[in-house]
Amino acid sequence: MTKYIIRRILLFIPVVLGVILTTFLLVRIMPGGPFDFSGDRSLPPQIVANLEEKYHLNDPTWKQFIDYLWDLISKGDLGPSFRYRGRTVNEILKETFPISAQLGMLSLALAIIIGIPTGTIAALKQNSFIDYTATFFAVVFRSVPNMVLGPLLIWLIALKLGWLPVARWGALPPFFLGFIPKLDAKFIKHAILPVFALGTAFSAGIARLTRASLLQVIREDYIRTARAKGLSERMVIIGHALKNSLIPVVTILGPLFAALLTGTFIVELIFGIPGMGKIFIQSIGNRDYAIIQGVLLIYAIALVIANLLVDITYGWLDPRIRYR
Amino acid sequence: MTTEATQELVLRRSKERSPTQAAFRQLLKNKFAVGSGIFIILIILVALFADNSLIALITKQEIKPLIAPYHFAKTSLIENNAPPGGKFLLGADYLGRDLLSRTLYGARISLSIAFVASIVSLVIGIAYGLISGYFGGIVDNIMMRVVDYLYAFPFTVFIILMQVVFKAFARREEATGLMGILIKANSQMGGMLFLFIAIGLLNWIDMARLARGQVLSYKEKEFVEAARAVGASDTRIIFRHLLPNILGPCIVSETLAIPGYIFLEAFLSFIGLGVEPPTASWGIMISEGVQGLRSYPFQTFVPAIALVLTTLAFNFLGDGLRDAFDPRLRGE
Repeated sequence: MTKYIIRRILLFIPVVLGVILTTFLLVRIMPGGPFDFSGDRSLPPQIVANLEEKYHLNDPTWKQFIDYLWDLISKGDLGPSFRYRGRTVNEILKETFPISAQLGMLSLALAIIIGIPTGTIAALKQNSFIDYTATFFAVVFRSVPNMVLGPLLIWLIALKLGWLPVARWGALPPFFLGFIPKLDAKFIKHAILPVFALGTAFSAGIARLTRASLLQVIREDYIRTARAKGLSERMVIIGHALKNSLIPVVTILGPLFAALLTGTFIVELIFGIPGMGKIFIQSIGNRDYAIIQGVLLIYAIALVIANLLVDITYGWLDPRIRYR
Repeated sequence: MTTEATQELVLRRSKERSPTQAAFRQLLKNKFAVGSGIFIILIILVALFADNSLIALITKQEIKPLIAPYHFAKTSLIENNAPPGGKFLLGADYLGRDLLSRTLYGARISLSIAFVASIVSLVIGIAYGLISGYFGGIVDNIMMRVVDYLYAFPFTVFIILMQVVFKAFARREEATGLMGILIKANSQMGGMLFLFIAIGLLNWIDMARLARGQVLSYKEKEFVEAARAVGASDTRIIFRHLLPNILGPCIVSETLAIPGYIFLEAFLSFIGLGVEPPTASWGIMISEGVQGLRSYPFQTFVPAIALVLTTLAFNFLGDGLRDAFDPRLRGE
């Protein structure tokens, strides 16, 4: 197992370096410097030259990359923001990242809490009314993107019924340990709608996969053996079938995590949540390439790490994988 | 029961029918899939004939709306935010543009993305998988390591970044050479060309893996062996014997990927990295509609319903196709 984990980690180092290099180069080939504009006016050439000097934009590209990589690895420094003068990208991300992470994690938790039990029940009652209903709704919710579900929830629950707040997030930095919010009524009230808007589609995907995979597993010989030796049905399902049926579910957690990240962009924008996605979209408008680069880098590395964790969990659940 | 035994049984039962015919018969029994298929044909017709630009290609007449009541960019500022009914059947947006017309035109964007992305992904993916799987050995090893490496890459992030870069280039009018030609073509297509490139370039990896797996399973079959024994060339074996067999599963899996492409376009347009306004895309329309959700909810829900119905249809059709062509996977 240790050897397997080390091999996985070694494989991911070139991926992370590739991610950093690609992001860096793509941002560098963009036409127009970051200091072409200040607000809507263009800056005098002398000031642009001074700023470019200050940020070493005149060095050869390879030297800029080495410096950037060195700052990133040694200090975790993503450089200064070009738009919010006097603030670094790190400062901005430190405030916005925890909020996006809270939204993402809660949605993932919701997706799992709804998805796995629904899929399990549907599989155990195969071809029953419950099964058909669950399967039908799984297809429907898979087809409703968060950019539709979000406005629908706001309009129905917040505007028409007035049960929950329309927008914003119920907790602001600083957070406990950097990312854990105070779980008070205000936080929960503000979190319900965005978390449902983001998590429902994923719970549908998870339910579908759990059902299919459990249906396959309960036809295996070792399940018949478990039944034959007189185990209770509950013991057979929970003790023997469920763990193996979760293997395919774990494999989609990687792609699901990617979809979750793009989902936070939309949901943060719709609900006015001051997270990383919202600042990213503002930065596209402002052409603040430093923030764009920083946010995408964080997302990319988060995804690579998520994939790594998925691979390791997969290896733990299914010992056959480790020895391939 | 083993797979071969199942197949034999299925073959014997279906008598003279070929497996493809049997699968289509199976598909026609699925009401959701048939309804979805009809719905998709309808949207394709709407997309093609929203205005007469196709007919105008031949007759050279002036381009004017055909199915859509108005042109998608026709504004009427005194009638902005008009409610549904009357002159605007489904209401008007904040610039007084007809929502029905814009939604009908929006089908063009979603469907062209779905179509182009699928074709690109099928062509690159199948070619890659065929070569890798058929030749095996060191070729296969290198090609699959490349795929493994790319697979670990966070693609959504790079599609976003590529769109940011493309947009930055698109703002520059003085670009020359290849980039200049691309930018010109892109602006004529309302910003769709760059979307095609970004989405198409990065979505063939799953297809390559699937195609390779299929090739590996067919490569050792008797009919390929027989073809090789009578001296068929590699090209002939690939195109005559392997390709027809692996095409089915690949197309089925591609149908199921289409909702993903439609969502991706809507997502990019929603965050301002997709098609260029005033082009009507469902993503742009929803993002504009959300601004006035409190007073004019219909502005959000008209394009939203179009988006949901379309993806729903592709999901039902894809599920139906998979059930029909690969009964072993039914219910997954």
